[in-house]
Amino acid sequence: MRIFTNTHVPFVEIRKITYAISIIFVLAGLIGLFTRGLNWSIDFTSGVAAKVNLSALDSSVAPVRIDELRSVLISNGFPEAEIQHVGAVEDGTFMIKLKSKDADDAVSSDTKTRVIEIIKENFPEHVQGRDINSEVIQELYEVGPKVGGELRTQSLLAVFIAMILMIIYIWFRFELTFGLMAIVALAHDVIIIVGIFALTGKEISVQIIAALLTIVGYSINDTIVIFDRIREDLKTNRKEPMGKVINHSINQTLSRTTVTSITTFFTAFSLYLFGGAVLHDFAFAICLGVIFGTYSSIFIASNLVLDFNKLTHKEKQSVQKLSRRK
Amino acid sequence: MKKFSWRGLSIIIFILVTAFYLAPLAIPNLPGWWSKHTLKLGLDLKGGMQILLEVDTSQLSDADARGAVDQNIKIIRERIDQFGVAEPSIQKLGEKRIMVQLPGVSDFEAAENLIKQTAMLEFRVVAQPDEAKRVLDMIDANVSANLDRFPALKKLEESDKTILAESDSLDQPMVSGVFSSLVRPGEMNHEVQFDSVRLIQDLVADSLFQQMVPAGWQLALERADAADPRADRALHVLSSAVELSGGDLAKAKVEYGSSTSTDPRVANKPYVSIEMKREGARKFERVTADNVGKRLAIVLDGVVYSAPNIQERIGGGRAQITGRFTSSEANELAIVLNTGNLIAPIKPISTSIIGATLGTDSIRSGSTAGLIGLGIVMIFMALYYKLSGLITDFALIFNVGFILAILTAFGATLTLPGIAGIVLTIGMAVDANVLVFERIREELDAGKTPRSAVDAGYKRAGITVWDANITTLIAAAVLYQFGTGPVRGFALTLTIGIIGSMFCALVFVRSIFDTFVVIGTKKTFSV
Repeated sequence: MRIFTNTHVPFVEIRKITYAISIIFVLAGLIGLFTRGLNWSIDFTSGVAAKVNLSALDSSVAPVRIDELRSVLISNGFPEAEIQHVGAVEDGTFMIKLKSKDADDAVSSDTKTRVIEIIKENFPEHVQGRDINSEVIQELYEVGPKVGGELRTQSLLAVFIAMILMIIYIWFRFELTFGLMAIVALAHDVIIIVGIFALTGKEISVQIIAALLTIVGYSINDTIVIFDRIREDLKTNRKEPMGKVINHSINQTLSRTTVTSITTFFTAFSLYLFGGAVLHDFAFAICLGVIFGTYSSIFIASNLVLDFNKLTHKEKQSVQKLSRRK
Repeated sequence: MKKFSWRGLSIIIFILVTAFYLAPLAIPNLPGWWSKHTLKLGLDLKGGMQILLEVDTSQLSDADARGAVDQNIKIIRERIDQFGVAEPSIQKLGEKRIMVQLPGVSDFEAAENLIKQTAMLEFRVVAQPDEAKRVLDMIDANVSANLDRFPALKKLEESDKTILAESDSLDQPMVSGVFSSLVRPGEMNHEVQFDSVRLIQDLVADSLFQQMVPAGWQLALERADAADPRADRALHVLSSAVELSGGDLAKAKVEYGSSTSTDPRVANKPYVSIEMKREGARKFERVTADNVGKRLAIVLDGVVYSAPNIQERIGGGRAQITGRFTSSEANELAIVLNTGNLIAPIKPISTSIIGATLGTDSIRSGSTAGLIGLGIVMIFMALYYKLSGLITDFALIFNVGFILAILTAFGATLTLPGIAGIVLTIGMAVDANVLVFERIREELDAGKTPRSAVDAGYKRAGITVWDANITTLIAAAVLYQFGTGPVRGFALTLTIGIIGSMFCALVFVRSIFDTFVVIGTKKTFSV
């Protein structure tokens, strides 16, 4: 079975169209980022997140309504509380999040104790007969302001350092233009995915940062496979114009790029569907990453190398450099 | 006439290592030295509690500060051991942070209190009622002279004034000062109403307010009653001289008051009995002799636990700490007293508590997703590359086993993101094979024989496999370096997965090809 055999898709010729598509996505992402901002999780803002199960043992007790819980929290001094149902409404399970807006109203180390007390006092019928610490509270996270701030800096630094290291590696193995353009393609992927998270209001948690770095690793992997082929083809076809060689290389590797994307997408999608609530957003980010990462590897990265070389009139130089090295 | 080959040897080692570390998961009743190597599950899969603590060394000299964190770790470890937690993990993170992981602990409040309690035990003499009155009056005077420095009190005074003005009843007693307006003189103590407790707590801890307290004295609240947390609490005026401290203590243990006791605080209730060292006992005897008729407060971390009357001189160095305990509270108090006080105070800066059921659900859904993903990828590979795909599938299963085995060998813990890492690796691991197979197909299309197509395919695609995977390894290494806890687990599984998949593709699958598939001058090759 083969998906693509001897394709001759004019990837290089249609690059204006594919650039345009990318620009639209990146712009949409940036607009999302600037208008709606990112919904940082408490990992970064600091605060308290609690998953509580308030389904009473006694089935005659009416289940807690979400607005009831909200008004109780508001009247007890937590007007900023975000409350969501977890699972079906009848389960009576809620996720309560209290995020610190700034350093002044940062949670203290007994905020979580106070939340538990409020629940105990206001919903005695729902808590009765069950151990508050192990049955009612299913998950509880508290992040102090110091940790949150540090983590945000660290995560941005991590994405940044990963990119710099990759430029250096590609520079060393190929050539600087290739390294820089690969990173432009990566930034494209990251901006689009972060933009989608901003537009949908999904939370950016530590796991999402991990997903972004995985995407960075995955997308560069795809790009490098194509670059590798370009380097090889440039050596064997020195007389051909660079554009033609690049187009040929993308076509040659098209089958591999697609197969790997398909298998990775299968597993990421299976995580999305069956991996449970905790991994849901993580898998969502990876799925997006596979789609946009593959797109940018095929349609953007190599074409950018070509255009950048044309712009700087370094086409010849670049070809010479690449074919000289092993 | 087979030659010795490094490739063969490495495959044998690969399989043996995998089998060795996976056996305990599959086979029960292995000898202990073998079965102890099992994959540990992270807190997010097992349920439990994790606290990140920061040690406040600002009050210590540089030399003391250096040892303080390690000393604290030692004390925390002892406390947890006595509390009884299976497989706790206590690690130093960076300069002054301590990460404590307690799998399976559900009573997290007790655990947190046990860990963070400084347990600074002090015995102090309580001021006589007239002295106490004088001290409070002086505080009032000092505070009203510096009212601008206490915004909370200033606000209170202003609202008091308006209430007074509105009520216009002249027979209201004039409040003597804004601070004493918060406390009510009781029969023996000054009482603080629940609504004001927080404010008083903050003030007592505030160093600026402490300057307002006349020299030689200090204030301390009495411990809250667990059964009635909203009850009034006593505010004690204590002498600032510490008569005895935790260092004078030899042993603490929980005992129960006799049911015939007339004191309702003791009858049938648990209390902590303490025994002093010889030197401590002598001090105790002297203090009780000098202060007959006064009260002696037992203060732990600035909170008064009890303040019994000294009726006579007490020899023998025994005392009781009563204070409306539940039996588990009494037990925890005995533990912290026995393990000594922390050298420097610690503060939890982040806490995670994960219920056990959530962990079980996560394992189930994670492995379901993994198995489904694995199944689909295997079917796809077999359909797309036929026999070669089947061989890859075989190697893929080994690769998953290899990841689990290496995690076990490193003593790493499997976390939920770690499971996600394994699942993703399944999808990405076939990449190296895909690269090679596509190349072999091209070579075959160009008219090469299977033998030379396989050789050329591996030779050319090999470079690409290295280039492509090294960049992913860079991302994984950065993740490992910057991540904490679960994210690190993810980076580790990703790294092991990449290395395993490269080995499987370039060595394992290749040698199956060489040995069984491409033999002699066979004309066809199923790819």
